[in-house]
Amino acid sequence: MRWKTRGVLPGFGLSLGYTLFYVGLLVVLPLSAMVIKASSLGPSELWTKVSDERALAAYRLSFGSALVGSLVNAVFGVLVAWVLVRYRFPGRGLVDALVDLPFALPTAVAGIALTTVYAEHGVLGQQLAKIGVKVAFTPLGVTMALTFIGIPFVVRTVQPVLEEIDPDVEEAAAVLGATRFQTFRRVIFPSILPATLTGFALAFARALGEYGSVVFISGNMPMRTEITPLLIVTKLEQYDYAGATAIAAVMLMASFSLLLLVNLLERWARRAEA
Amino acid sequence: MTVRVENLVKRFGNAGGPAAVAEVSFEARPQAITTLLGPSGSGKSTLLRLIAGLETPDAGRVLIDGKDVSALSPQHRNVGFVFQSYALFKHMTVADNIAFGMKIRRLPKAQTKARVAELLELVQLPEYGARFPSQLSGGQRQRVALARALAIEPKVLLLDEPFGALDTQVRVELREWLVTLHERTGITTLLVTHDQEEALELSQHVVLLNQGRVAQAGSPHDLYDHPADEFVASFLGGANVMKSRVSDGEAKLGTKSVPAPSGARDGTPVQAFVRPHNIRVRRPDGEDPAELGKIERLTRVGGYVKVYVSLPSGESIVVLTSKTDLDALGVEPGDPVAVEVVDAKVFVQSYSI
Repeated sequence: MRWKTRGVLPGFGLSLGYTLFYVGLLVVLPLSAMVIKASSLGPSELWTKVSDERALAAYRLSFGSALVGSLVNAVFGVLVAWVLVRYRFPGRGLVDALVDLPFALPTAVAGIALTTVYAEHGVLGQQLAKIGVKVAFTPLGVTMALTFIGIPFVVRTVQPVLEEIDPDVEEAAAVLGATRFQTFRRVIFPSILPATLTGFALAFARALGEYGSVVFISGNMPMRTEITPLLIVTKLEQYDYAGATAIAAVMLMASFSLLLLVNLLERWARRAEA
Repeated sequence: MTVRVENLVKRFGNAGGPAAVAEVSFEARPQAITTLLGPSGSGKSTLLRLIAGLETPDAGRVLIDGKDVSALSPQHRNVGFVFQSYALFKHMTVADNIAFGMKIRRLPKAQTKARVAELLELVQLPEYGARFPSQLSGGQRQRVALARALAIEPKVLLLDEPFGALDTQVRVELREWLVTLHERTGITTLLVTHDQEEALELSQHVVLLNQGRVAQAGSPHDLYDHPADEFVASFLGGANVMKSRVSDGEAKLGTKSVPAPSGARDGTPVQAFVRPHNIRVRRPDGEDPAELGKIERLTRVGGYVKVYVSLPSGESIVVLTSKTDLDALGVEPGDPVAVEVVDAKVFVQSYSI
């Protein structure tokens, strides 16, 4: 099989070589160093480290709240993208700019802001406390922070795809008898599904690694509101390097397999574009 | 089934602005192909979209099969619509595209499947059901769009510049194919085009639009041979425009005179529209040299020759003649020729242009 096709621009060999070097130096090398460090522990010791109760609770919280946060973003991100693409209203440019803000903000700022608003004496926290909902220092607060930092991903991946949908296509569906809802479900949604999945995967990956905004609002109680990245930092502070790297390696593999899965899903959703 | 449009008005933007469609009335006869022909901006596409319900009229009615459908949404008009851009659903296979309208109508699966197969056969793409639109050529995509429109057994088929995005060869092929398809289905068809050749070749009835109004409606040869006004004459058939004045009820064109419009007084300026094949050139035969034209250029197009002649009045005209006739004449560029107008449509000149 010919795997090298001659393009208009030369330099396939050089650019591929550079790409491999770049990815190798910046991604693969540090990560393998980490795996090697983790494997300095014996198998049984490694297993104890990565599967003790505190670590399990941290995995559950990290993956659970990241998943919920990015699912929320998948739904509402599509909605925001839809409104930004389809409607012209005063202040649209401002809303469009606001979407990117969680990207630009130092995450610690986001954490402090969220904590101020949702703490027991905060503007929203006060009201929520009346109906018995506690946000700050609970898993709900963690989810909230992870939702906040993931907002731009789905919006920014879906927006250009929505912009490219030909209005004729929707009119064609209408003439064929489809209601607005049927047109959305059968025509528009399938076209934006791959982009939504991409956005979801990016938001999820970002949420898994998030640290700065969460540590303020979570309260960091072991077993209850301690996320995995924090557990790793805690272990490092206690000079338990092997333990920290072992847990990090678990995170790495879980994240990588999840991203791979989403990529496969996305490829399936894109099968028509071949 | 008949489609009737009565006093339809559609304005975009301010209420005071020009109407895209202004008081248009016409009838598309059952089982015929009617074309809505006109230059861009004449309102032909808007008219078609009004019939489909994709635009809401400001005034007037649309009747399909005698029933007023003006208040119905596009979903309930049961029309087939084909877009210039094909507007296929990219993420669906060809078969799913065709089945879309039937699925929405919740027809039994077996029936839908059988009808899809039948339609694929009809549009000559029986092997393509499992492909995606991106794997088809432009002509094939438009045939799929047509099959999709026909799948819901529409009362009328509306085609909005369906061949506009295709190259000439495919366009001509599809045009012939559409005529055959129409003969088989007999469905009342309305086709929008700016291509006069397409209109004259495809349809039994032409509605020629200009600036949102009907300029003339009739059979293709009616419009071609008896244009109602200057616009119709100049839009159809690429006519030469020759200016003249009335004298003794006649207008002198070249070396010959043709009857002027009745009631035009002597000295009235007139404009004559002359088809390139309705002019003959011959060698001068004792005429006043001041009345002769001069051959500027000869362009050979297959068996025909376009002869560009400049007239003593300063006007340039195109004469279409057969290669055989020209060879018999034996003229070259630069030669003086007598210009005889065989047939012309003369209008009292309007100064509005």
